[in-house]
Amino acid sequence: MITIKNLHASIDGKEILKGLNLEVPAGQVHAIMGPNGAGKSTLASVLAGREDYEVTEGSVDFDGADLLELSTEDRAREGMFLAFQYPVEIPGVSNVNFLRTALNEIREYRGQEAISAKDFMAMVREKSAIVELDPKLASRAVNEGFSGGEKKRNEIFQMAMLEPKLAILDETDSGLDIDALRIVANGVNKLRSEKNATIVITHYQRLLDYIIPDVVHVLYDGRIVKSGPKELALELEEKGYDWIKAEQEAK
Amino acid sequence: MSETQTDRTLSAFTKHLRQTEISLPAHLINASLNELAGKSFPTTRTEAWKYTRLTKLSKLSPTLAAHHDGINSTPFAIHSTGNRVVIENGAIHMNATRFETVSGLTIKRFSECSAEELQHVGGMLSLENELFNAMNTAYLQEGILVQIADKAQINSPIELIHLLSKVECAATIRVFIHVGKFAKAALTMGTWSAGADQSILNAVSEIHVGEGAHFTLQKLQCEEEGNFQICTEEITQDKDSVFTMHTVTLNGTLVRNNVRVRVNGTNCETNLYGAYLLKGNQHTDNHTVIDHMMPHCLSNELYKGVIDEQATAVFNGKVFVRKDAQKINAFQSNGNVLMTDTASVNSKPELEIYADDVKCSHGSTTGQLDEEAVFYLQSRGISERSARNLLVEAFIGEVLDKNDNKEFVAKTNAILNERFGWER
Repeated sequence: MITIKNLHASIDGKEILKGLNLEVPAGQVHAIMGPNGAGKSTLASVLAGREDYEVTEGSVDFDGADLLELSTEDRAREGMFLAFQYPVEIPGVSNVNFLRTALNEIREYRGQEAISAKDFMAMVREKSAIVELDPKLASRAVNEGFSGGEKKRNEIFQMAMLEPKLAILDETDSGLDIDALRIVANGVNKLRSEKNATIVITHYQRLLDYIIPDVVHVLYDGRIVKSGPKELALELEEKGYDWIKAEQEAK
Repeated sequence: MSETQTDRTLSAFTKHLRQTEISLPAHLINASLNELAGKSFPTTRTEAWKYTRLTKLSKLSPTLAAHHDGINSTPFAIHSTGNRVVIENGAIHMNATRFETVSGLTIKRFSECSAEELQHVGGMLSLENELFNAMNTAYLQEGILVQIADKAQINSPIELIHLLSKVECAATIRVFIHVGKFAKAALTMGTWSAGADQSILNAVSEIHVGEGAHFTLQKLQCEEEGNFQICTEEITQDKDSVFTMHTVTLNGTLVRNNVRVRVNGTNCETNLYGAYLLKGNQHTDNHTVIDHMMPHCLSNELYKGVIDEQATAVFNGKVFVRKDAQKINAFQSNGNVLMTDTASVNSKPELEIYADDVKCSHGSTTGQLDEEAVFYLQSRGISERSARNLLVEAFIGEVLDKNDNKEFVAKTNAILNERFGWER
């Protein structure tokens, strides 16, 4: 689904990603863990096309497309979705209006007809149930006055509506209590299929009790330094990141 | 630009204008002529014109083009039914005008009114140092008298269409509205141009909202760039009345709105809503005054602007709460979004409170669109252009949605679509 080769990226002249390699095939969930400052959110931002970051080297193949050549909106139209660590509040723009605009621009890009109002509303009802999102929130302004948990559920609701090929969850678990975490994770699990892939970026192992990854990667100092099965997350939880740091410095 | 350029006497500007033939009270005409004699246009040294330069306007010597060209005014109509008065270059276009008999409603041209019928005209208007008011009196071409009888409820639209259709011409118009006790009515005023350039509309409305009456004035300002408009509303509210005004400015080289509401009774409600969406080299200046003279009243004022390209805007809102006007709730807010580095706004919300038991607030914000929100929308597959439009619409929608008149909103949306490519 996505193949990242030797990715270098910097912000304000400071290099954050220093030759990152990662391959996530369709049908799999990969977790990316790492200490603060390792470059986890930078990776999410670069993949989503945030302009503050400059890619200086490397390539990203997204299901046959040269991702780095695409605009942010075209990446979404090709099937990429980023669940934000800090979802943005947009006063005055209703969730529903915003999603219909998004869905129809994506459909237009793919040469499909616009969705009818009736089908759209049926879809909203069906998908909001996946994350137990009050349908009333769907008609409110995007994230405005939402609690932390509601914002994160709204991210997964949007993901359900847009049916991406690749979803990147950037610290989606941060700030969630156990109930909200379970709801969000259930939503993500229900959306898993053989055709799509998920990258879960997290600082904590806790989320991975609910979203079981196929592979766990450790991101440190701008590179993937270790990959392993789901048990690697438990090891990290137990030992912390210091042993990774020590191991890397020893090299 | 040096200040001396605006130091140009009014006599050059008014040389082609004719002293009014309307039967206005003679002392007002004389006072206006005296006021204008030897005067110059105000410069930016005058506080009320600090951010609005009249240089371009002062260089004109507009002519009277009283004979209308009979341009098809239908495309400018906001309402499909009701009374419609078309005033082209300051003269009533009788063929396009539609008078319908509505019980409790009287609409008359000043030129067919006796001096007695016009005896109260000008009564609310200050002339001293108000050169445009003085010109509107001394050179008045025509006026519209609108009377709503006590207890009348006028459900059909009343629409005035001001149309400029000649190059470098002046249209000088007065509207006098009396809303009787416990009556309810709304009036729509559209200002337009077709084939006009370097022309100026000077429109003054005097509105008296009687005891317990409800009156709404909605203005849509759409003259093409190249034209000027000075629009003044003087409103007096009696007790228990509600006055609401919507001012939507979408075009014009220079649009100056002067609104003054004298709340001269207890238990009144006053709502002033303004939206301005500017681009090119447009300049819009909203000066408002709400004067709370009596206790137990409420006022809401919300003006919002989206300023693109090199356009500039001014908001100067003043709320007075007089010494004995206790228990006043007065809220005032102005918000602006600057779409480019060259767009600018001067915003000055002011409160002057002399009573001690009141609840008042005022605020002003100016900023750019939230780039994080633009990115968020783009990351969901929405193009950058649509994302910016969604955000701008949401911002200005807060004001536009205050108006529940479907035809007015539809016309506004149609123009927004035409000028900015928006679909609301």
